[in-house]
Amino acid sequence: MAVKNVNPTRMELTKLKRKLVSAVRGHKLLKDKRDELMRQFMELVQINRRLRERVENGISSANKNFALARAVMQDETINTAFLAPKQEVYLDVGKKNVMSVEIPQFEYKTRTPDPNDIYSYGYAFTSGDLDSAVKSLADILPDMLKLAEVEKACQMLAAEIEKTRRRVNALEHVLIPDMKEKIKYITMKLDENERSTQVRLMKVKDMILEQTYQYSKRYAEM
Amino acid sequence: MYKIAVLGDKDSIYGFAALGLDIYPVPISDDISKAKKKLKELAEENYAVIYIVESLAEKLKNEIQHYRSERLPAIIPIPGASGNTGFGMRMLRKSVEQAVGSDILFRD
Repeated sequence: MAVKNVNPTRMELTKLKRKLVSAVRGHKLLKDKRDELMRQFMELVQINRRLRERVENGISSANKNFALARAVMQDETINTAFLAPKQEVYLDVGKKNVMSVEIPQFEYKTRTPDPNDIYSYGYAFTSGDLDSAVKSLADILPDMLKLAEVEKACQMLAAEIEKTRRRVNALEHVLIPDMKEKIKYITMKLDENERSTQVRLMKVKDMILEQTYQYSKRYAEM
Repeated sequence: MYKIAVLGDKDSIYGFAALGLDIYPVPISDDISKAKKKLKELAEENYAVIYIVESLAEKLKNEIQHYRSERLPAIIPIPGASGNTGFGMRMLRKSVEQAVGSDILFRD
């Protein structure tokens, strides 16, 4: 990479050297962060995958039950059955810090403690299939919430990993080599200047000696 | 205190009403402006989790993408009455790709 816009001065050199040290340290830290994020992410993704499979299967089978219930009941009856739900679910959202990514933690509360409150209808006009359908859905709910938590965490971690990886790469392949190049350029330039001064001084010394003692004439006479 | 919403076609989601989740039926057709608007509304409201039926989620991909890196709400695709389209798994795979650079989980 071509070096441009650097003054080959000692001050610039010290500044660059100090910058390089902190860049290298930052690079190491970010790399560690990336590795740890990746480890956590891999664990979470496995859990996420298993949960998703379980939830998808659960919902599919619940949907089958609902289809059965719909087949034996009229639409109006079903609609009235779900018109006024007895149960309500609230979420408490906490947060957990994973390598400075704040991932949400869900904790759910129901309005009434009775698990049977999911049946918001009298049993007289509805089929038993509806009960089992609702029950199968209720069974899968805790897993669904867990899934929401894990999946969100995965998404956020993925975004963070991408960001960190970019930073690591930028430091490793652009910033640090660039700085090293500049440092090298300045040291070379300074060395070159020093040599040129040295040579000039030697030349001047020769000239002065020549003037005072006039060696060339003396040797010529001998 | 946060709540949970379920968004999708009516047949897929009415069961969740019994559990105490808030259901928002929207028609799934080619015109998704209504669903788009609803999703935006829900995201700004007090919902921490929004479950969305896969077939609809596929159409609202860009909108969902927008909420991926935000802390809340968590928008989670679930299979609807019409069956599992695999969209949820695809999204998960996308996360892995984003993080690792290539799909190392689901190659098998």
